[in-house]
Amino acid sequence: MSQPLSAEQLLGAWRRMVTIREFEERLHREMPKGMIPGFTHLYSGQEAIAVGVCDTLDREDVIVSTHRGHGHCLAKGCEVKPMMQEIYGRAGGLCGGKGGSMHIADFSKGMLGANGIVGGGPPLATGAALAFRNLGNRRVSVGFGGDGSANQGTVFEAMNMAVVLKVPTLFVFENNGYSENTAADYAIGARDLAERCAAFGMPAETGDGTDFFDVYERTQRAVERARNGEGPSSLVFTCTRFFGHFEGDPQKYRAADEVDTFRQTMDCLSKFRDRVTGEGWLEEAALQQVHDEVLALIDEAVEEAMAAPLPDLATLTTDVYTTY
Amino acid sequence: MPVMSYREALTDAYRLSMRKDPRVCILGEDVAGGAGASGQRNIGGIFGPWPDFLPEFGEQRMIDTPISESAIVGTAVGAALCGLRPVAEIMFSDFLGLCLDQIWNQAAKFRYMFGGQTSCPVVIRVNTGAGMSAGSQHSQTGYGMMTNIPGLKVVVPASPADVKGLVMTAIEDPDPVIIFDHKSLFTDKGEVPEGEFYLPFGEAELVREGDDCTIVAISRMVKFSQKAADALAKDGISVDIVNPRTLSPLDEETILESVEHTGRLVVVDESNPRCSAATDIAALVASKGFSSLKAPIEMVTAPHTPPPFAPNLERAYLPGPKDIEAAVRRTLKG
Ligand SMILES: Cc1ncc(C[n+]2csc(CCOP(=O)(O)OP(=O)(O)O)c2C)c(N)n1
Ligand SMILES: [Mg+2]
Repeated sequence: MSQPLSAEQLLGAWRRMVTIREFEERLHREMPKGMIPGFTHLYSGQEAIAVGVCDTLDREDVIVSTHRGHGHCLAKGCEVKPMMQEIYGRAGGLCGGKGGSMHIADFSKGMLGANGIVGGGPPLATGAALAFRNLGNRRVSVGFGGDGSANQGTVFEAMNMAVVLKVPTLFVFENNGYSENTAADYAIGARDLAERCAAFGMPAETGDGTDFFDVYERTQRAVERARNGEGPSSLVFTCTRFFGHFEGDPQKYRAADEVDTFRQTMDCLSKFRDRVTGEGWLEEAALQQVHDEVLALIDEAVEEAMAAPLPDLATLTTDVYTTY
Repeated sequence: MPVMSYREALTDAYRLSMRKDPRVCILGEDVAGGAGASGQRNIGGIFGPWPDFLPEFGEQRMIDTPISESAIVGTAVGAALCGLRPVAEIMFSDFLGLCLDQIWNQAAKFRYMFGGQTSCPVVIRVNTGAGMSAGSQHSQTGYGMMTNIPGLKVVVPASPADVKGLVMTAIEDPDPVIIFDHKSLFTDKGEVPEGEFYLPFGEAELVREGDDCTIVAISRMVKFSQKAADALAKDGISVDIVNPRTLSPLDEETILESVEHTGRLVVVDESNPRCSAATDIAALVASKGFSSLKAPIEMVTAPHTPPPFAPNLERAYLPGPKDIEAAVRRTLKG
């Protein structure tokens, strides 16, 4: 098959996917040390979706993310170091330490925020797309969600509204099989989630969330439709998460060998590596060099975050109207 | 009396109520857990309140739901109208935003709006409060807003004994009741009566008796007020601490009697201050107990901001024993 993306684009995608993976693997090792506050939900295993989707977007396009948002942030261009500082609750974090892992945002990159409310994001994606429609530009929005979020009324409403208003938005559902410890097959009453999305009156398809190329191509078609004024689409990507729902989750609801098996069979990074080297699109050495650079960057980011100053206490009452 | 943790007392109360009344069932996200999954079923709930409820009570009474808060509460409310005694669990009180209509316009209104034809015996249980760096959308309270709703009873337990007695009462109450369990209380221990135990709604607990000032404290703030009182006692200052236990109905009498005795009032609530439980209690005393007051009422609350993530900001956000102590001292200066 002909090379779908330039070598530079492919190497960029690899860098972003590896950055997400190593960022999360590192957080997983750092969490038990007790310096990372709050709840942290890792994205390992789902990298091909965030990167495959965001690589079809322009810088001016926007995404709305979820509680499992680190991957979306990195894929949309958020910088590793200020993200790390945010996760450590430091002054130099993207939100000054006020947000944390579940609320990372960088509006300068079109990343409108991770969201602690399951189903909180998709209506915002519809609204962003309404703004683009009325302002007459060709930007699009993407609302990410999990299989669990697909059952939230807010999401149904946002999808229907997007169809009614014919706005340029994409609803991307990452079906990793679980919402917390409930299986998607149990909680989604419809046999097929994509069919249910289609019932709202928009194109909807299911793709392989562990295959970067599949994600990229399906998303590219949907983005094209949106930019051409043909309205919203839904994309469902099957995948798995390599860690628990949150860091500290004992995962008793998963079969003992499930994660090990999935790491063998559903690793989007090895699939990408095998494909691009097998087709002769990229050299193994180039991939390895990027990987090494990423590891060095993450080492630095963690070290700097741990040494970084805490937020000034005066910022407790800034950025909000209060006389109290 | 046996000593148990808040979580154990909570579990005990629901288990006894479910054994006593087969109409009681629990609905929510992952309340049993592991539905349809490849591993273990019966995980026991988020924060672990339902250990082995699934094997004992079965899937008809331990109902795992999709992430659909509006339908969780609405389903519980509809079932309550037609013969069940459901408990709807909303994982964090911040998520009340998604099911507000079913609480505010549906459950709370039916008995009145339908001219007394029906009651709506539903219980909504939520985990609440700051202190875990859980960020702006997982650390709020919300009981102030709920107290603003006529027809809804609002329960704020402060101890293991409280939660046991108040839960058992809530389940048998004919009206909709919302119970706010503070996440940071779950591992606290205390004496709890064995067997069936009921605490009446609208009866505050006088946690500590003193002469110089009244502290009315809500939920976790009762514990912090005890610490403040211990510190004040070293300087010969003694305080009444009132734990309202329920904000709706509110035991006005106990609060007013205490202020009549001490002449001073400090209200402590970790929620945001505007239109809150704290302002409500302050207004009660200002309007009905004004002549008892020897000093302006003090309120110790969070600032009027969302809860921040960074631990140092969150500590500054939350009222602590030192803030309470300082407020009591201010009332004594005047
Ligand atoms: C409104 C709301 N309900 C419940 C939760 C608690 N919660 C956080 S993540 C989650 C599961 C989400 O599942 P899914 O959408 O599949 O995303 P995943 O975690 O698999 O990425 C739940 C129930 C929440 N944060 N917000
Ligand atoms: Mg999921």
